[in-house]
This record gives sequence, C-alpha cells and structure tokens, in this order.
Amino acid sequence: MVDADAAPVVEFRRVSKTFGSFRAVRDISFEIRKGEFFSLLGPSGCGKTTTLRLLAGFESPDEDGGEVRLHGDVVNKKRPYERRLAMVFQNYALFPHLTVERNIAFGLEMRGASKSEMPDRVVAAMSMVRLDAKTFGRRLPAQLSGGQRQRVALARALVLEPSILLLDEPLGAIDLKLRKEMQLELKQLNEQLGTTFVYVTHDQEEALTMSDRIAVMDNARVAQLGSPAEIYENPRTRFVAKFIGESNFVEATVSDRTEGGWRAVTAHGEHLIVPDHKTIAAGRAVCIAVRPEWLDIVRPDAVPAGENALTGAVRDVLYMGETLHVLVALPGDRSMTVALRNEGQFLRPIPWRRGDEVAVAWMPVDCQVLEEE
Amino acid sequence: MSRSLRQRALDYFHHNPTVRAWSLVAPGGLWLLVFFLVPVFMMFTYSFMPRGMYGGVESGFTLEHYLRFFDSLYLTILMRTTVDATVCTVACLLLGYPVAYAITRAGRFKGLLLFLVILPFWTSFLVRTFAMIFLLRDTGLINTALQSIGLIDEPIVMLYTPFAVMLGLVYGYLPFMILPIYASLEKLDLSLLEAAEVLGARPAARFFRVTLPLSLPGVVAGALLVFIPSLGSFLTSDLLGGAKEILIGNLVQNQFTAARNWPFGSAASFVLMALVLVSVLIYLRVRERSGDAAGAP
Repeated sequence: MVDADAAPVVEFRRVSKTFGSFRAVRDISFEIRKGEFFSLLGPSGCGKTTTLRLLAGFESPDEDGGEVRLHGDVVNKKRPYERRLAMVFQNYALFPHLTVERNIAFGLEMRGASKSEMPDRVVAAMSMVRLDAKTFGRRLPAQLSGGQRQRVALARALVLEPSILLLDEPLGAIDLKLRKEMQLELKQLNEQLGTTFVYVTHDQEEALTMSDRIAVMDNARVAQLGSPAEIYENPRTRFVAKFIGESNFVEATVSDRTEGGWRAVTAHGEHLIVPDHKTIAAGRAVCIAVRPEWLDIVRPDAVPAGENALTGAVRDVLYMGETLHVLVALPGDRSMTVALRNEGQFLRPIPWRRGDEVAVAWMPVDCQVLEEE
Repeated sequence: MSRSLRQRALDYFHHNPTVRAWSLVAPGGLWLLVFFLVPVFMMFTYSFMPRGMYGGVESGFTLEHYLRFFDSLYLTILMRTTVDATVCTVACLLLGYPVAYAITRAGRFKGLLLFLVILPFWTSFLVRTFAMIFLLRDTGLINTALQSIGLIDEPIVMLYTPFAVMLGLVYGYLPFMILPIYASLEKLDLSLLEAAEVLGARPAARFFRVTLPLSLPGVVAGALLVFIPSLGSFLTSDLLGGAKEILIGNLVQNQFTAARNWPFGSAASFVLMALVLVSVLIYLRVRERSGDAAGAP
C-alpha cells in the first residue's frame, strides 16, 4: 500500500527541541510516506514522545531548530487544530463528561461536519473498531472497560478520516492477549484505509510486528531507521542491537583481509573472521553482534570448517518453552547466550549439561559489525 | 495471664465494628447535638411563641411572626437579600474563575498565589471591613488619589451606598469561589485539552466544551460557599452600607438585640434557613439536569 515514489506526507528536517537545558530531540531527520505504518521506538526519555508532539503541534521546534513539514508545508508554528491530524492518546483522553457518541462526534463538530451526516459517521466509525453503537453509544467512558475505551479513542480519531493518524503508546495499558488482537486490527486498519500511521512505542516486539519502517531513537537522536528486518538483522549500533531483541557482543582487533572478510583477534587470542564493513581497517578495534538463534553449540573438536568458534563451559540451561537458552561462560568473564530450538526435551533432549566444555560457533556472515555510537 | 486493660479494649473494638464506628462519630456528634441542634430546636419553638415584654418569650402558640413576613416591608428585605446574594455570587464567579484558572497555570508561583488568596483570612473579617471604610470614604485613599491627579474635583460618594456593600461582600467571599474552582481545574487532565485541540477545537471552543464543563463541580461548590454566607451576612451592610438598606441578616440581629423581639428574630432565622435550603435544592436540581444533558450518571 505504501507508494515509495509519492512525496512524503511527513518530513522532519534537522529538527531540534530543547526544554530549558534539556535537549529532548537533537537534529533528527526522517520522512514518512503516504500509507506507511511508521514507528518511533525507544526507551523512555529517548525523545520519541517529543517527536510525536512536535508532529501533532503541541510543541514547536527550537528557533533555527529545523523544519517539520506536513504534506510539503512547513508547519513549525501551526497549532494542533490547524494541522487536521488525528491522534490516539496513551491514556485515551476521552472526555469523561460526554457519552461515547458525543466523544466520537466531538472532532466532527469542531471541524464543522454537516449535522445530518454526523450520526451515520459516528456509527460507521464505531463499527470500524467493532463497537456496537446501540450498546455503547450512550455510555460514559467511566462505564467502559480499558479495551472498550481504547476502541472509542480509536473511533474518535478515525471518524475524522485523517490522512495521518498519530498513536502514542495506545496499547500500553491493556492486557497482553487483547494487545496482540489490537495490534493485528491496527495493522489491518492501516492497510484498508490507506491512512498513514505514526506509532510511538517502547515495545520492540510491537514495533517489529506492525511497522513498515521503524525509527529507533536513543538519547534524543534517531539511532537507526529501517524496516523491521533491517533493524533486527543489521543493527547499526550496540544500542540498537541490545534494544531490539537479544544479542551477543564480541570485541576483537582487525588484523588483515581474507577471503570474504577480515581476520580479527580477540583479547584472549581467539581468531575470528568478520564480514566487510565500511568502518573496518587493519589494526582497528571492532565490535560484532550475533543473535542467540544464529549461534550453534558443538563439541570443541567438531567446529565446522570456516565457522567462527569460541570455547567455554556451559553455565546454565534455561527452559523458555519455544527455545532453550544455553549460557556459555567464556574466558575473561565474557559469556554468550545461544538459543536452541526446543524439539521436545523428552524425545530429543539437548545433549548439553552444566559444566560441559563446548564451542559456540557461527557463520561469519551471521554477525554484524557495529558502528561506534 | 491477665491481659492489660488497653489490650482488652482494643480487642473489644476489633470485634465490634459498630461500636468502633460510633466511637468515631460520637464526640463530634455530641458537640453538634448540644451546641447546634438543641439551640436550633429552641429557636424553632420560640418562633411560634408570643413575645415577652423584656425579651424572651411567653407561653402560648402563635403564627404571627411568620405572617409578618407577608408585609411588603419584609418581602422587600427578602427580595433585596436574595438579589444581593445572587449578584455577589455572579460577581465572585466572573472575577474568581479567571484567577483560579491563572493559578493552575502559574507553575512555580502556584504556591505563592494560593497563599495570597488565603492571606486575607489572617485578619478578622471585621477588621478587613473597617479597612474598607478607610479606602472608600470621601477623604479615603481612592478619592484622595483621584483628586490629587486631578481626575475628579469632588469626592465620589462610595461609602454607605449599595455599591460599597456589594464591594465588601465580593471582597469578603471571593476566596471561597476561587479555591474550589482552583481545586477542580487543578484535577483537570491536561491530555483532555490536547485531545480537544487535535480534534480541531480552537481555544474558545476548548474552554466552553471541555474546561468549563469539567470544572462545573468546583463552580457549583464555590457558588454555594459564596451564596449561603452572603444571604446571611449583616456586618457588611451594617458597616459599609450605613445600615440604610437592611438585609435579612441585619433583621435577625436587630430583633435579638435592639428590638428585643426574640420570637420574630427566630422566625426570621428560619425564613433565612428556608431560603438557603431552597437555593441548595435548586442548585442540586440544576446540576442533576445538566448532568443528564451531558450524560453524567
């Protein structure tokens, strides 16, 4: 549904925002395309909420703090009511003194929609979020469950038929099962309506599941921008590798070029082959990241040819259900986590026990060279 | 194995929740019974008894004190009292709401501003009312200032006019309007205002559709806190109005003191109380109605 060639609907051009002496957002730039499901992901305090608020119009960028553009126009000084966006708030922000119907109709009234078509549009919006208008229309927000309030908040935004919908951690307050359901529904709405979704979350799994593209934010900057697969499989920095999923880190010093990459040596004398990367040069320190599920455990004398291997002792085996995590202690107080697929511990138990001498092995192409943060 | 008296008492309370509840209510309840309900009941009885020669009452039953209120003189007083209290309440609302609103947005000055609102209570109402005289009289601060800058030649007569009474009332009761409105505005969830703004509400619409309705409980509380005492006020009209236009509060005071007509004073008190009750009922009714319209439970 995303048209890559169309002009971006949202543009941030070197935007900065400072509160007093606190720099909430530093020099960030990105574009969001029409119909895209775009997530701002990061830990609390990383600037993702400020970024959304800059887009909504609750904040304006610093003087000479760049440009926020909507549909090509600079909107730095435009008030929220002039931007014609829609937003779903973290705590839903439903008007407690208005019924569900009146809450949903509020935006239509404010934007001067015709009175005659209002009831139909309200009912249509409610059915879009699968809320029965007859049952819930006359209720007050206080008489609804958390999940129902969430749907009303969504309906109140969707009824405006916005071209851009902002969502500020909308699923944060509802339980896990319902959250999974809503994730799916949001993604479907995004595809059906062709509305651009800008979604703020600190939940990496949520962002990976739903987004077309993710901007991972750290310390007031965009640490990496890309599709979920790019972010997960090619994290650019240590922060991204750590924040999205789990990762093992190995530090080494590059020695010389070899077929398919570079040779490198760790501080403990282990030889590795790392893939080529723009930051690599002979003599330089390098940090690589490997996902636990891309690692394998073998006997120290059975490392497949051409694979990297680090030997150590099994410290623990954690039963996670779908997978088993084997923690391997390496010399020099290092450790690695290996995720093995659980093929049934009664039928095909994994052969590794605590204390076993093992080698952790991986293909050189399966590790990512990280950049300095 | 004898348990201490304290232990036994605690056990007793622990096993008897009813006794425990009553023991909490009793001290205050008893106080109100002896010093409020009994005198009120006495006044109620007095109001139906013939007047004694030198104050007090004589035995017997009569409705004359209540019937006296249908005299146009007293009806006028009743009317004037109600109008004054209403005007005072509306004035306090119009002046107080913006102040309360500003305080919620005052950031680190919030504490200071609230302190300033409460500051007048540090001196007695009587002293403050006397101070108003010095401000308002012909040779007072306002007239002297206006004359010295040549804005007026003759002093403006302010003291002992209905204007001065109203000024005194509004001045005296304004904090009672500001504080409850402030409390309800303070609780207002700011994300509701942001939601309104994103939905397209300009500042005026945002205020009348979200802020004002949600602060209505504070407005109602403030209005009652101002309206009720200003219905019964007598000091202000006495000192600032020069006792020219008496209110029902002055009437009660006069009957008990100078006129020595206790039963009529009692009857006037009950008429005043009836007036308060009626206004409270009207308020509750209005609030219920507006609640229904907005869909409140």
